[in-house]
Amino acid sequence: MEFKDQVIELIAEICQDEVVKENPDINLFDEALLDSFGTVELLVQIEERFGILVPITEFDRDTWNTPNQIAIQLADFR
Amino acid sequence: MIPYGSFTFFFILVILLAPTVILGLQGKRFQTYNMIITVIVLAIIFSSKPSSVIALILFTIWQVLLIEGYITYRKRANSGWVFSAAVIASILPLTIYKFLPYFTDTNWMAFLGISYLTFKGTQLIMETRDGLIKQTLPLAKLLYFILFFPTISSGPIDRYRRFDKDVKAARTGEEYKQLLYDGINKLFRGFLYKYIIGYSINHFFIANLRFIATSHFNNELYYMYGYSFYLFFDFAGYSAFAIGISYIMGIKSPENFNLPFISRNIKDFWNRWHMSLSFWFRDYVYMRFVFWMTKKKWIKSRNMTSNLGYLLLFLLMGFWHGLEIQYILYGLYHALLMIGYNTFEQFNKKHKWWPQTSFTRIVSIVITFHFVCFGFYIFSGHFIQKGV
Repeated sequence: MEFKDQVIELIAEICQDEVVKENPDINLFDEALLDSFGTVELLVQIEERFGILVPITEFDRDTWNTPNQIAIQLADFR
Repeated sequence: MIPYGSFTFFFILVILLAPTVILGLQGKRFQTYNMIITVIVLAIIFSSKPSSVIALILFTIWQVLLIEGYITYRKRANSGWVFSAAVIASILPLTIYKFLPYFTDTNWMAFLGISYLTFKGTQLIMETRDGLIKQTLPLAKLLYFILFFPTISSGPIDRYRRFDKDVKAARTGEEYKQLLYDGINKLFRGFLYKYIIGYSINHFFIANLRFIATSHFNNELYYMYGYSFYLFFDFAGYSAFAIGISYIMGIKSPENFNLPFISRNIKDFWNRWHMSLSFWFRDYVYMRFVFWMTKKKWIKSRNMTSNLGYLLLFLLMGFWHGLEIQYILYGLYHALLMIGYNTFEQFNKKHKWWPQTSFTRIVSIVITFHFVCFGFYIFSGHFIQKGV
């Protein structure tokens, strides 16, 4: 599986909603799919699965807002 | 002189900011000039209370040494103990300020804005720990960030990396013109909110409650709604002034309010009310706590972790407002509301008991509004003053 798909798969798991895969441009915060708690879970999982450490304060809701955007940001971080 | 408190203050700002506006419209840089007027305006603000000048200077030296020292340390090592000590040291002046009145009559740590400036110091320590700030900060810029006069008394609480981007930004005359218009617009909204609506609520409604209300319960109820609206218009008005002046100075200070009284639930409310404060607590307290607990696996239950996080966040926020009982109760009340809402949200996700329609949306807003107003009633301490 490509890196991007792995990220989207992980986000779908955290949000417990398949809509994330159907529409990877959906705004996770506006649609209440992700909140502060979910964000932290996501960051912990990103570190465990991909070994990428993203500081909490780096996770800006304006730029890390959709599954696709998060995948792009993470790819930059690697 | 109290910032934004008198016509004189605005008059002084108009004169001092005229060169900024002229330079800005010509697409020239003006941050060095802005730093100079920051010193002048600070002198004007604090001149009425010379004792607080010493406190402010001591506080600033303490924070600067701490921040630069920690950044230097962090380049070669990263001990959790040193980090914890640095965080405690950065909130030490605020802690002294809060506790001193219980021990002595003269609070030598007191100066206008100490509660808000502390956030900036602590935030820099935390971002350094996270590896987001790697190089020692230029002294002038660090001081400008900490002491930026438009937001000195009550925020909004800015973030260093965001602030820094604005300081460095090279804007064309056209771009600055837009910023200037937005800034002026905000200033006028500030006048409307604080000096027309807020003032009227306080002067014509709250002050006359004993003639309007027919019973004690009535009186308290009217006070609750009156005070809630007064608090909003007064503080949102102040924030509009602070943000407006920031814009004119080329700094896009973050927003503080986004129509809080139409919040759909309590979580939504905290994304709309005093945002720069609640986001600070969210990012630097709640999320860090949850991250830590999840990684160390000290608490198995996800809900328990989240709920303890809320309790920690809102109790801290309560203590930050003050050590008086109404502030602690206010914190506790909001922690319980968040925990209650969280439980409901989990339940509703499974059972789909409360559907999403335009009707339930309105009902949610009405319910949230009343819970929020009751929170402000606690916050006001009005129920305690009655007994005295």
